[in-house]
Amino acid sequence: MRVAEAGRSPITLFVDGIPAAALAGDTLMTAMLIANRSLRRSEFGGEARAGFCLMGACQDCWIWTEEGDRVRACSTPAVDGARLSTRQPATAWPTRS
Amino acid sequence: MADPVVAIIGAGPAGVRAAAALVAAGVRPVVIDEAMRAGGQIYRRQPDGFTRSYTDLYGSEADRAKAVHDCFDALHGHVDYRPQTLAWNISDRRIFTAGPDGQQVLPFDALLLCTGATDRLMPVSGWHWAGCYSLGGAQIALKAQACAIGRRTVFMGSGPLLYLVAAQYAKAGAEVAAVLDTSSMSASVAALPRLLAQPATLRVGVGLLRDLRRAGVPIHRGITPVEIHGDADRGVSGVTVRTSRGDALTIDCDAAAMGHHLRPETQLAELAGCDFAFDAMVRQWLPVRDADGRSSQPGVYLAGDGARILGAVAAEAAGELAALTILADRGYRVSDTARQDARQAVARARRFAEGLARAYPWPHEQTSALGDATILCRCEAITVGDLRRTIAETGAEEANRAKAFSRIGMGRCQGRYCGLAAAELIAGAVGTPVEAVGRLRAAAPVKPIAIGSAGRCDR
Amino acid sequence: MTAPASSDVIIVGGGIMGSSAAFFLRRRGLSVTLLESDLIGRQASGTNFGNVRRQGRPLYQLALANRAIAIWREAEALLDCDVEYRQFGHMRVCYRTRPELAATMEQYAADARQSDLDLEMLSGNMLRTRFPFLGEEVLAASYSPLCGHANPRLVSPAFARAAQRLGAMVHERCAVTETAKMGDDFVVAAADGRQFRAPVLLITAGAWGDRFAAAFGEPLPLTSRAPNMCVTEPLPYALRPSVGVVTPDTEESVYIRQVERGNLVMGGSFYNPSYPDRYRVDVRPENSLSLWRQIQRLIPAVGRVSVIRTWSGIEGYLPDSAPVMGPSMTTSGLYYAFGFAGAGFQLGPGVGDTMAELIATGRTDIDLAPYRADRFSAG
Repeated sequence: MRVAEAGRSPITLFVDGIPAAALAGDTLMTAMLIANRSLRRSEFGGEARAGFCLMGACQDCWIWTEEGDRVRACSTPAVDGARLSTRQPATAWPTRS
Repeated sequence: MADPVVAIIGAGPAGVRAAAALVAAGVRPVVIDEAMRAGGQIYRRQPDGFTRSYTDLYGSEADRAKAVHDCFDALHGHVDYRPQTLAWNISDRRIFTAGPDGQQVLPFDALLLCTGATDRLMPVSGWHWAGCYSLGGAQIALKAQACAIGRRTVFMGSGPLLYLVAAQYAKAGAEVAAVLDTSSMSASVAALPRLLAQPATLRVGVGLLRDLRRAGVPIHRGITPVEIHGDADRGVSGVTVRTSRGDALTIDCDAAAMGHHLRPETQLAELAGCDFAFDAMVRQWLPVRDADGRSSQPGVYLAGDGARILGAVAAEAAGELAALTILADRGYRVSDTARQDARQAVARARRFAEGLARAYPWPHEQTSALGDATILCRCEAITVGDLRRTIAETGAEEANRAKAFSRIGMGRCQGRYCGLAAAELIAGAVGTPVEAVGRLRAAAPVKPIAIGSAGRCDR
Repeated sequence: MTAPASSDVIIVGGGIMGSSAAFFLRRRGLSVTLLESDLIGRQASGTNFGNVRRQGRPLYQLALANRAIAIWREAEALLDCDVEYRQFGHMRVCYRTRPELAATMEQYAADARQSDLDLEMLSGNMLRTRFPFLGEEVLAASYSPLCGHANPRLVSPAFARAAQRLGAMVHERCAVTETAKMGDDFVVAAADGRQFRAPVLLITAGAWGDRFAAAFGEPLPLTSRAPNMCVTEPLPYALRPSVGVVTPDTEESVYIRQVERGNLVMGGSFYNPSYPDRYRVDVRPENSLSLWRQIQRLIPAVGRVSVIRTWSGIEGYLPDSAPVMGPSMTTSGLYYAFGFAGAGFQLGPGVGDTMAELIATGRTDIDLAPYRADRFSAG
């Protein structure tokens, strides 16, 4: 939830293809959590995860670009037009043997 | 003689002051920083385009924050600053980094590790639900992003950050549902003589408490966490604790911030070959260093909270002191007065830190009360019961043994957030002192790095 | 001073060889004392890649490998522990830059059939369709459907615990400082002053085995190596077989598998410096980087995947990359099984079973001639 600094210029990201309104200066984490409750799902429990430490230590907030590259949402600035995925895209790793 | 290559890893208060001391002596250090801008976590800067004042951001520490930032800005051109760069391994007096220019290798003559700290966590049932954050994380959301972690937040745990972050949230207009402190008032009173080593810091702490009370925030001391309520899709919905009187208390919220003070980031010190020793006061293994910042490994120095949690003020002094030690060890003439002043500042902070450890003790005994279904390792979703079962079936009594058999601490964070609690749990289950359990070994890369960062073969 | 603890057999070295030998000796009714200087399975046995691979071994070794795989297949029931053996296949591939290796693999497949190892040669569209993750450089593959991989961290401790349940005495953190034969018995002294006595002594001390053999007048040219290993973050489970590159070039010799939880385990390329006396390996970062470059040739998609941990362990090597396995040539009652040259994990249970048979009955069908301890001394 934003508590200040709302006067920055608006940008738009695409999370799983859906537009998400954000502000210049947001991290990917901020931008995505303003739009949704979570960033990704745990590989093991399947529950929603939304980051934990915000300082690049806990590694809970890794998401994907649509091309399949990994990005740590808490420490990556959001740029206008960025296309992100909360699930591993099939382009990054085969989904079956 | 050729100019020595002096590398500093970390650009918080320790790294910045160390860089300044080296530049003052005519040395151009390499400063490796994972962040985009210097300042570290405590004095983390907001991004370009944000407009809040230093006072808004850092409160009573505004002047110090500004001084550290100004100090580093003034070094521009005199340091080889490498932001957004991860030092992922240290081997044979070389630092391996991954950053905007890809993989690089930096041989060094002297290395100063100012790797800072992260929150120390005691698991609570439900701490893996979305909307649960570390206290430090909650603070960074506010400081660096002008965001609160929820609409209505519970702050739970112990230590200086608990009251600081709650007060900052209240001041910023975010709703603070409650402050739930595991430590007791009597512990604070007993710690008072040591806390008086830094009276100004103590005054700030008292002021925070007053601010929270004025804002009408319920504060409960001596609580025992029971559960963070929530579900797999919607995340956190409330917190239940047992009060000091033994009653169950449930508070609705959509976010929880938790932690028990801090722990140093020591992985690089370990990879650099530094010896560690168990510190009974904080119940942690810490890299050994002498009063001037030397580690056990020749040419490797330690400063700031990455070596021992003494706080930002002491980090500045320790950074400067370690830099002066590097210079002295390499034959430069350095001021004895400056070294003596820095040593004294660090010693005062050490006394204060002893007070904090008594006032806000790490509630290690809680591990025995954790339910089997509680997630212990968030990365790998290993539960308390999984670890207990592994210990019972295999007899694993040592931290790395338990890791090998149960996967505890084997995930992306390498045990940063579960390792200390896991060690306490093993110690409790086996009936040994926690130091006998040892500590999870650090392994490169200290944080995940993409295989593709190594480049591809030319063919 | 207390009398030495007596048993039928003392085993020095609690890796997969020693732990499985202890288990099979107990099954044959012999009393066993297993002495491990550190913790069970902590060196090569616990840190290796986890390949349960038969192909690529010398043909004379396949009988032993077959004996081993039969045990792997029943390991869970035998040990009352899931050691994560998954028989999802093992594949060796060669690159287009070395087409001659495809013919070599084909010849090997023809020869191995005589030794009950069925290999399927794959190339072209057939290979791409079945294994779409392979890189363009891959020319051909030799696929063994009835091999697989297992979790090395679990296997040796599981054998040791199972042996203990059957009555074996297992002593961890018990470094052996002296061994001597006195009359019909071996007397073994540990650093902490304890003594053990038995008519049979089996040395399964891996990269540390030579120092025990030397004490009985059998110097062996054993050296140590430390492979380069790493693991990635978890991914959707897609890669079932274990895959390795066939090449004479150490740099490009890499291998990879995926565990069911999703992590990719990989290893290979250059070896790291190792210091057996200090139980220490320097995992050289430049070797990690080399592995990461090479593995992308095999499976390009891994370039986007993050590594979360690197490690190594210490393996013992003899000049011909074969172990010493069998009786001592100088001392009756003394046996060896060490120096498996980084290829002992799959063989381990078969070696333990064979050594137990040899010790208990005085004979075995496994031909031990290639593994004689005196093969390096004959002029």
